Amino acid sequence: MSVSKSRRKLRGVFLRHDKHTQEMETVRLPMPAAVKLPMLQHMGKPCRPLVKKGDLVKVGQKIGDCDELFSVPVHASVSGEVAELQEYTAVGGAVTQAVVIRPDGEQAVSEEIAPPTVTDRESFLKAVRESGLAGMGGAGFPAHVKLGYKDVNRLDTLVINAAECEPYITSDYRECLEHTADVIEGIQAVKKWLRIDNAYIGVEDDKPAAIRALDEAAAGDSGIQVVKLHSKYPQGAEKVIIYTATGRVVEDGKLPADHGVLVMNVSSVAFLARYLKTGMPFISRRLTVDGPVVRKPQNVEVPLGTPIGEVLRFCDTDEEAVKMILMGGPMMGVCVYDPETPVIKNNNAVLAFDQKNAQVPKTTACIRCGKCVYVCPMNLMPAALEKAYDSKNAAALTAMSVNLCMNCGCCSYICPAKRNLAQKNQLAKAYLKEQKQK
Amino acid sequence: MFETYLLPILLFVGLGLLAGLLLAVVSTVFAVKSDEKTQAVREALPGINCGVCGFSGCDQYAEKIVSEGVSTNRCVPGGDAAAKKISEIMGVSFEDVSEKVAVVHCGGVCSATGDKYEYHGTPTCAACNEFYAGSGLCDYGCIGFGDCVKACRYDAIHLVDGVARVDPKKCVGCTLCAVQCPKHLINMVDATASVNVICASQNSGKVTRGNCSNGCIACKKCEKTCPYDAIHVEGNLARIDYDKCTRCGACVKVCPVQCIHSFS
Repeated sequence: MSVSKSRRKLRGVFLRHDKHTQEMETVRLPMPAAVKLPMLQHMGKPCRPLVKKGDLVKVGQKIGDCDELFSVPVHASVSGEVAELQEYTAVGGAVTQAVVIRPDGEQAVSEEIAPPTVTDRESFLKAVRESGLAGMGGAGFPAHVKLGYKDVNRLDTLVINAAECEPYITSDYRECLEHTADVIEGIQAVKKWLRIDNAYIGVEDDKPAAIRALDEAAAGDSGIQVVKLHSKYPQGAEKVIIYTATGRVVEDGKLPADHGVLVMNVSSVAFLARYLKTGMPFISRRLTVDGPVVRKPQNVEVPLGTPIGEVLRFCDTDEEAVKMILMGGPMMGVCVYDPETPVIKNNNAVLAFDQKNAQVPKTTACIRCGKCVYVCPMNLMPAALEKAYDSKNAAALTAMSVNLCMNCGCCSYICPAKRNLAQKNQLAKAYLKEQKQK
Repeated sequence: MFETYLLPILLFVGLGLLAGLLLAVVSTVFAVKSDEKTQAVREALPGINCGVCGFSGCDQYAEKIVSEGVSTNRCVPGGDAAAKKISEIMGVSFEDVSEKVAVVHCGGVCSATGDKYEYHGTPTCAACNEFYAGSGLCDYGCIGFGDCVKACRYDAIHLVDGVARVDPKKCVGCTLCAVQCPKHLINMVDATASVNVICASQNSGKVTRGNCSNGCIACKKCEKTCPYDAIHVEGNLARIDYDKCTRCGACVKVCPVQCIHSFS
């Protein structure tokens, strides 16, 4: 039995789980009328489009690439004709190009697709880059950059993040159940090529089926251990899962790899295993579609670039009642204002809410109750940080380590005065960065 | 009686006197000599530490004037009045200050443009800018939460019809508002007379037109009309070369969207 229960605990909040889609098989979305593939679906530099209007593309064909290291290529998710190149504003405000493809419905696979030949670390990293993999958990960090950490001898532990601590979302859970073998194979591939000895799979203890399945699949490998985490948000945050699984503390300004740990999302490693077998790059992903106005909540396998409106329609959403659409979970997801927004690599859920749930509570004065301090997993003082930011006190912000904030939103969630504490922290981080550049 | 009450009182009064005496002595012996001239120059400056002079605050500028003979006309907010005073103190000839005023390069008033989404977060421009480059339809335009208004010490910039507008009579050109704008829409221009493009959209003409009826559509009419080769459309936006511009106003008249304004 290689399941162990973590003894270490960080603070956080208990949330309603609302995981209605937990026991539902993933279904495939019918071919959308058009897909829009932004050239920036990851953290880093945007790609240059490699196709022009009128070109015929096939499934898996590379349609965008970039010479920069901190970037991953984009591949066509459908076969068809390139209808146009559009300007596209990403959530952060960056304007990049997007390739719009009108599918022909044949889904002819590109001739380029062949399993990569991996012989050593270099060729493995090259294959990871070519796969187009950017972290599927949310941040969209280029996988080849993470795995290509310069000091390979320092790495000794791989942590696989299957915590899935946000309400509603079950896409990683379904990956654990539906592709258990791929998860284990992916872990073994990363362990082999990066010469890492130990791997921990962190799963919250409210998902016994996933724990059992992973444990059985990993039974033959003594280097893989399933760790039961407390069902407390935010278990899936990088620094939190590293601490609860390994006991290591990632310092401010340091990478997990500096402490010998790599953290990968469970869907990412499973995808990697499939890519190494088939050579089919990152062209589709599983989304949890849920929310009070979605009549048929389910997990859907969606080609990248599909408009989220189409995904919601497929799940029989009451379109009249939709007041707010979230990409990602209710804690850290971002609001989407346009139903034409395409699904990109780091989306794991689409949630639709009605007027009642979309209502923004009124913000009142801080009553200094200290609840935000009590729930912060990083032991920060959000109320004090807010004051320091409002008075633009860079010294105080640095002294109180605002840069440790990972925007989990526990403080905003718990605040009885409904203050936007997490948002203030992000503004403070941006402000500090700006001050440093001056 | 004496030992319980009076002795401690006397003791502490004595200690206090001693400490006071010590402080008085030390403050005269180790006093940092502050130059009277520097003090006077510093008092002539407005004291808002805007940094337009190129030094980190009024104190440093005053110091540099006295110690290194830096020119006396670098304080834009102080204007001619401050420069005259400083020149008198320093005994140098008065040099004219080129006064500036701020201009907001956006004409996206409520009737001309609209919103992408409703924003409910922290009501500042910097915060709203983090989400899809602001809640307005135009990615380049004024967000309209008034970060600049809060920064102004002279009550010279206000939100009018959803867009920040500068009152040139009150504006002293200190740039405190300009550094706050996350869209970098605020520029300092010559206070006497100026022609300005009141738009910052770098979208193509078609997209700009769709977003805002006051936006520059990059039609190049101004470029063709200008007799002095002073206005050019670069990156989908008309830009004025102020070295060549004579403020004749020819471009103002031909602009089909009236996004070139002049004031004098």
